[in-house]
Amino acid sequence: MILLDRVTKIYGKGTAPSLDRISLHVEPKEFVIVVGQSGAGKTTLLRLLTREERPSAGKIIIGGVDYDKLRDRDIPLLRRKIGVVFQDFKLLPNKTVFENVAFALEIVGMSKREIQHTVPKVLDIVNLRGKEKNMPMELSGGERQRVAIARAIVRQPKILIADEPTGNLDPKHAWDVIKILEKINRYGTTVLLTTHNMEIVNRLKRRVVTMEHGHIASDLSNSGSRLASNTDRPPQDMTKQPLTTDRFRR
Amino acid sequence: MRRKYITFLRIVHTGTVNFLRNATLAIAAMAVMVVTLTIVLFSIVANATFANTIQDITDKIDISVFLKDEVTPEQKDKLLAEIKSRPNVKSLEFLSKDDALKAYVEQNSDNPSVVAAASATNNSIPATIRIKPIDLNKIEDLRSFLAKAENKDLQTARSPSYSGTRKEAIDNISRATQTLQRIGVIAVALFSVISALIIFNTIQMAIFNRRDEIQIERLLGAGSWFIRGPFIVESIIYGILSAVLSMLLINSVFVASSSALQASSFGLLDIGYAQRFFSDRFWWLLLMQVGAGILIGAVSSTIATQRYLKFKTK
Repeated sequence: MILLDRVTKIYGKGTAPSLDRISLHVEPKEFVIVVGQSGAGKTTLLRLLTREERPSAGKIIIGGVDYDKLRDRDIPLLRRKIGVVFQDFKLLPNKTVFENVAFALEIVGMSKREIQHTVPKVLDIVNLRGKEKNMPMELSGGERQRVAIARAIVRQPKILIADEPTGNLDPKHAWDVIKILEKINRYGTTVLLTTHNMEIVNRLKRRVVTMEHGHIASDLSNSGSRLASNTDRPPQDMTKQPLTTDRFRR
Repeated sequence: MRRKYITFLRIVHTGTVNFLRNATLAIAAMAVMVVTLTIVLFSIVANATFANTIQDITDKIDISVFLKDEVTPEQKDKLLAEIKSRPNVKSLEFLSKDDALKAYVEQNSDNPSVVAAASATNNSIPATIRIKPIDLNKIEDLRSFLAKAENKDLQTARSPSYSGTRKEAIDNISRATQTLQRIGVIAVALFSVISALIIFNTIQMAIFNRRDEIQIERLLGAGSWFIRGPFIVESIIYGILSAVLSMLLINSVFVASSSALQASSFGLLDIGYAQRFFSDRFWWLLLMQVGAGILIGAVSSTIATQRYLKFKTK
């Protein structure tokens, strides 16, 4: 469902690559944690997946969509298929909690009645009932992050990308957020979570991809066994199989 | 189709709500728009008033043709008909010898000795044809017509009054009116352009303050028009309200100072006319102001949002 093939990202001429020929394959319904210190390339990886950035080299295919063939006007359509939770929440400051979540549905042209029906259910999942009319600035960090999660999942995306969603939260709220992500994953959504919180990594017992200096240093399954990564699988392996979008279309 | 309709209504609703929620920004932007639109409106009214003053002056200028006493009524009528058929003649008036004398006496009523001299002797004032030209700058045709031999024979030795010192005055006024009218049109155009630029800049600043919102909406998968639409609606609301406010501002200035301004005029500006011009064309001017406000608001916000909607190409 998510495939990166020897993806490189260099931000400026003469600078070290933020990502250096990394390859990654995430199956549908998987829960993958990407760990690494600041500057390891985690955020760049996620920004490439949301098409905020373009790779300098390599191939990215998500949910059957080959990014090389993606036209600018189709980028919004791609983003509607992916739920994203940002570390800094990225809530719309002039909209209430309800309106922030509803916005994701308004974009796709859903009717008011459907929105009135759907949004409360999602706010229930993230335990935010009763806060519908609050503005983001009236909420705590944990509540804001849960609004961001509600907004990301309200369209029931096949893939959810969460960029350090616990980065600004205290341990209790952080764990609340992680539990919501687990719940979403149980419903069948592929979750890609970046964090540098090792306690979360240890407690979750999921596949862990460790990044260092733009490389994938290790890729361990939830049982602790080592998965193939660009460190031990040569890039040529992937080129033997032609990359077609059909392979990932489900 | 239904989805497009829902989206359109949603854009209008969001724009309106955003306008109400961003009150501080809205007031700041509208204040600038009101001031600039008022300046444009003022320059339009001033230009029209100025043009009216010039018209008043030119209306008072006529060309007098003095007829010999021997001219028969038939010859006089023929000449009048011929002058009337010339292209640049707005109106003409014939003064018989008696009428001319009466007019002369009236003109010199403050000078008893001149009046006494004119009345005491036989009437030496010739019958006169007063011609008002349409355009002072195009009297060459009339001049050559009156200078023709058959027409010249009907006139006294005194040449038509556009010649000599009076001709110079007429030429000076006509040159001045042309220049002043041009200046008026240029001033209105200049103020309009400057105002449009100021308003554009104001809206651009307002949108710059909210660029993060645009980027967040972009990341969530909103299409360009879904993002841009509410900003355009918001700017259009700015434009409409600013136009109405600027009209009300000028109107209240006229109303408040109505009695003081009634009979006054500042130099070449007839304030009474300005007030009449404004009130007679109130709805037309309002429509024009609102139209300008909407156009500038819509164009500015479309351009201003564009830069934040671009996708990275590298």
